This record gives sequence, C-alpha cells and structure tokens, in this order.
Amino acid sequence: MATTDNILHVALVGNPNCGKSTLFNALTGLNQKTGNFPGVTVEKHSGKVRIHAPQAKAARTVNFIDLPGTYSLFPKSPDEEETLLALLQREQSEAPDLVLLVADASNLKRSLLLATQVIDAGLPVVMALNMVDLLEESGFNVNVQALSEALGVPVFALSAREKKGLTQLKHYLAAVQPEPVKESAFQKNLLHTVLPQLDRKVSDDLQKQASAGVPVDVQADTLERYGSIEKNIKSFITNPKPLKALGLTHRIDAVVTHPLSGLLLFLTVMFFIFQAIFSWSEAPMNLIDEAFAQLSDTLRAQLPPGPFSDLLSEGIVPGLGGIVIFIPQIAILFGCIAILEDSGYMARVSFILDKLLRPFGINGKSVIPLISGVACAVPAIMSARTIKHSRERLLTIFITPLMSCSARLPVYTLLIAIAVPEEGAGTFNTRGLILMALYLLGFAAALLTALLMKLWVKSRERSTFIMELPVYRLPQWRVVLFTMYEKAKIFVFDAGKIIVAISIVLWVLASYSLPGRFEALEQKYSTAQVVQQLGAEEAAAQLEAEKLRNSFAGMLGRAIEPVIEPLGFDWKIGIALITSFAAREVFVGTMATIYSAGDADENSLALRQKMMIDTHHHSGRKLFDFPTSLGLMLFYAFAMQCMSTMAVVKRETGTWKWPLLQFVWFGALAWIAAFVAQLAF
Amino acid sequence: MGDQARISQFTDAEIGLKLLEMGCVPGASVKLVRFAPWGDPLAFECNGSIISIRNAEARTVDVERM
Repeated sequence: MATTDNILHVALVGNPNCGKSTLFNALTGLNQKTGNFPGVTVEKHSGKVRIHAPQAKAARTVNFIDLPGTYSLFPKSPDEEETLLALLQREQSEAPDLVLLVADASNLKRSLLLATQVIDAGLPVVMALNMVDLLEESGFNVNVQALSEALGVPVFALSAREKKGLTQLKHYLAAVQPEPVKESAFQKNLLHTVLPQLDRKVSDDLQKQASAGVPVDVQADTLERYGSIEKNIKSFITNPKPLKALGLTHRIDAVVTHPLSGLLLFLTVMFFIFQAIFSWSEAPMNLIDEAFAQLSDTLRAQLPPGPFSDLLSEGIVPGLGGIVIFIPQIAILFGCIAILEDSGYMARVSFILDKLLRPFGINGKSVIPLISGVACAVPAIMSARTIKHSRERLLTIFITPLMSCSARLPVYTLLIAIAVPEEGAGTFNTRGLILMALYLLGFAAALLTALLMKLWVKSRERSTFIMELPVYRLPQWRVVLFTMYEKAKIFVFDAGKIIVAISIVLWVLASYSLPGRFEALEQKYSTAQVVQQLGAEEAAAQLEAEKLRNSFAGMLGRAIEPVIEPLGFDWKIGIALITSFAAREVFVGTMATIYSAGDADENSLALRQKMMIDTHHHSGRKLFDFPTSLGLMLFYAFAMQCMSTMAVVKRETGTWKWPLLQFVWFGALAWIAAFVAQLAF
Repeated sequence: MGDQARISQFTDAEIGLKLLEMGCVPGASVKLVRFAPWGDPLAFECNGSIISIRNAEARTVDVERM
C-alpha cells in the first residue's frame, strides 16, 4: 500500500485548461510541460518535494502526480481512462493517498461536477480553487468557507500562475493525515458502468467492485449533480454575473481562425519555425563542432597510440559530438512547440484544419501528434491518446512517423550541404527551402497513407470533435525554457546512450575482421612492387579502404548492397542504413567512422569533402552526386528507421501488426522514392 | 453569427453527455461566435468558455432562439 512508504502521494485532478499543470509546476518546481490544449498531459508526470510544516521541525516528502485533465470520471478517451484507473487502482505503486482537485474558479459549476464525482467515489479530497485572481478582477467573490462546508472537504483559494496562496496549501499537505479510501456505492456503480467499455485488463479488486455495482444512467446522474450544484452555488458565490474576459480572445480569434488570414498565419508560423531551426542554430552548432574537433585532436595527440586511443578519438568522441551538436536544433523546435501549445494557438490549428483532415480519416486533433511528430514521433504518438475515435487514433499513430522528425535533421543537413554545395543568393536560405520541401513531402505521404488506410480499415464508430478553445495567454517563458532544457536533456541521455553504444559497436565492426584477412591485405600492400607502382601514400589509402571493405561492417554492407544498388547506394551507405535503425542521426556518425574523418558532426568540412569526392565502386561516378544525395534524403524521409518508434507504436496499439506494417510500407515508399530520384535526375 | 439561444434538449445521448460535462446544461444560453474556414466546425460560447463542435454534431442539440 502506498501509505507504508511514508511518502504522501497526491494526485492532481481537474478539467482541461483549469491550470492543473501550472499548479503542478508551481508545487514541484520540476516544471514539466504545461499546455493549453485539452489533454496535453497524456503521460503521467510526477514530482517529489520535501514540504515543511510551519512550526513542526518535521518535514515530509510529497509525491505530486499530474493526471490527464478530464471533465468527468466517466472516461471518453484513452487518456481519461488513465485518470480513472490511476485514481481507483489501489494495488499500483504511487496509488494516491489524497486527491488534489484543481477547480477553475471562473468556471466553477463544471469543476464542481467532477469534484462531487471524485468525493462520491470515496476518495479523500482537498480542493485548490485556482484562478481566483481572474475572478476578483471581474468583481466575483467566492466564499471559500461556505464552499468547503458544502463539499465537506478543505478548500484553498490560490492562483497557480501568480504563485499566490500556495503556502497555505503546502502547510496543509505537510501535516494532513488523509483518511483511507472509503467503500462507496458510487464507485462500484461507476466501475460497473465503465469497465466493460475499457479494452484493457484491470485489477481483480476493481472487477470485484464492478460486479457489486449497478449501471448508472450517466446523463441523469450528471443532471442531478448540476441540479444540486445550482441550488447551492448562490450560498458561496456572490455577484454571479457571467465573466467577460473573452473580449481579447474573440478579437484574436477573428484573425487566427479567419479563412484567409488564419491559414496564411498557420503557414507563416510553420515557415518561421523551419527557418528558425536552420538559421538560429548555425552559430551554436559551429561552436560545438569546433570544440569536439579540437577535443578529438587533443586526445589523439596526448594519448599513446593504440586501439584505446583510436576508440576514443575515432569512436566515442565523434559519436558524442554527433549528439551534442544536435542540442540547439532540438531546443529551438521544442521551444516553438511549447509556445504554440502554451499560448492556446495549437487548439486553433485543430479547429481550422478539422474539415480539411476529415476526408483522410483523421481529425483536427490529429494536428497535435502530427506537428509534435516534427520534433519526435515517440511523444507525438503518445499524445494521440486524446483522440477518442479508435480508427482516427490508429491512423494518426500510423502516419505520424512519416512527419520528418528532428532525428532526420542532421542527415538532411549533411546531405543538403553536399547536394547544394553553393549557398544561393537571395533573401531566403535555399537549403532551408529544400528542407521545407522534404517536410512537406513527408506530410503528403502521411495524408496519402491515411487515405489508403481509411479505405482498408473499416470502422462503424462515429467521429466527434467537441473540445474547448482555451483563452489566449502569454506563454510562460519559464515553462518554455524548461521544456527546451528537459527535451534536450532527454535527447542527450536517451538517444545519446544508443548513439554512443552504436558508435562503439560500429567502430569495432569496422576495425576488425575474420582472423588473417587484414594481415593478408597488409602484406599485399606492403610489397615493394605495389608501393612502387602506387606511391606510398596512395598504397596506404587503398589499404585502409580495402580493410574497411573486408571488415565485419563491410561484409554486412555488401550483403545488402544488391537491394540498394538500383538507388545508387553502395555498401558504405548500406552500413549506415543498418545502423540508422537504432536512430536515424546515427547516419552521420556512421559516415564519419567509415570515412574516419575524425569528427562526426554534420557540419564537418573534412567529412563533407571526403564524401563529395568518393566514387561508386561499380559505376565509377560520384557516389554522392545530386540524384543519389536526393534519393538518400528521400529514403530517410520515408523509411521507418527507428526502433523506439516501433516500440511505442506496439505499446499504443497493443500489437506488432501495425509497426511491422509501417516498416514494410514506409520501406517500400522510401525505396520507390529514391529509385525515382535516380531515374528523374 | 452572434446569435443567442438557449439549449432546450439533446437529441443525441453521447454528444449531449459530453456537452453536459463541459457545463452546457439545458437552459444554459449559448452564443454562436465563429465558423472555421470552410464553414465547419463552429465555435460557440457557453458559461464563459469557447467550445468547438462540428456542424453535424451541433444539429443534434435543440435550441430556442432568444
């Protein structure tokens, strides 16, 4: 049981946009992402804090758990199911001892509906009456004492955004001994009504409770609750005239959702983000680039020569550099997405694009996963949980990996620089334009795939699109900055581990071969005759190339060469395609290791130059000529080269069928696109 | 646009419940505030919140004009 570990587990529950995530951030200081879009907190976020009681010397650790926003305990979407189960499954770790119900003071009736449901379910509740600052401005006044008496739970008035009134709540949490969860008829009836609709396993205890309940007529129950709220509300709200804080929001919406200016604005915002990713990150990336090149050189110079020095300066350091150089772009991208969500703009994007996306079997809410997919498909696919309709959700999950994620950026950056060697003169960055074209192509492929899937996957479920358009707010810069920091950190530590591991494995595979092979080659190239014929330098270079060709990595690459030969790719690219399956950005590190350029970031001149002069060993033409570079970019745009994405798709859909189908279909798209590039140019 | 009405009843249980839980009870006044480009979905104001809904879904809600 949760209480035995001496930590108080407090679950935050509230309507979407009630300021729940903001309060969570204010309480934990851990600052996870808070957004305006209903249900942005699809993952269960938690943060532990030591809280001191006012007089007592004792302190206690409180574990705050931020649950997905919901209007009711009767779930309508998978993430609302999470909330219900997190509250009621007592056997799980972190089962809440206390529910912190976050109520939006400016929309109190609705918050009270959820509050009475949670209280009736037998859970110990404390209420945080949030946004009281907005109320006071409009002459509203809530009698906290009366509200507390009517509900029978403690109520704290506060403003999470302004960080007002938090101290009293914290002091309360430091000292409170919550009552155990009570048996309740409502909980049994709730479970009885809801559980048959869930397509997942729940604990035996919940099943047992459910079987003891009777069905609830949810609509009648809801109306009854509103009835009694309506009766009581006059006793704790004075001056109940409607709030008029929407004026500014309406004026902004007139522009943002306008058929012409709204769509123009959307395209401008997207264009701006791509330009920002490309141009703002240039300076910091160059700095990181130089720093790692220097580090590699210093290591090589200082360490005694040998396999360890080689592994460090040719394997690990370039591998690390290949990750770190990526930070500016990741941070800018996630910063932009956080601003769009936090300001309330993201919900408008869903609103204006819903009609357009419906024919493809997805809906306006799919925009969030699709746009987040530009950063990373893994969290994007998880954010599809807010979509209720199961086919629309499946289609959204299925097509999201076709959106060009940030892991493709280093691949694109390196290859664009090779394909477009000279920067075009003009206002816009030519390379930026090519980049945008690649993103649009990914989006087009996503829509096409959705259309095909819609014809194939049948569904009789109906699709709905009822959601709140939150009021516009200035983004909280602290939240935006923290999101950038958090995402960069997750990237460095999660993706970083894989990339460094692969760099090492790859270095070993590229440096060793079957016993005797390298010795035979060395002997061949060291004979006086060969050295005389080729010159000492050329002989050494050819020996290195031959060694790589005969290494374990070379054998692997040559094994798949026949399949990719029609695309103009050779066995070296073949090695990169295989290693990229762990993470796409590994491509750059792989190229660097293969061309042993010493530093593995995509801006490296040495690597770029080596790639540009390399020729295909069969055709003799430049390996990275325009058609092949373009084909390779297209291949990376489409192919499902990401283990993590496949794993998360399996988790979210519950079967390997969909990730495997993605692998095959995306692979076919990639191959065809690259082949067309060969033919066309 | 700008039309005010009062919700009289829901003819669709599922949509009705969702709206109920979002605070749109029968008797509450609603105001049409906006159409998305291409005329669908629409947005209405109720209890100080702006809620978007597709036109077809909105048609399942009976209202009395004010």
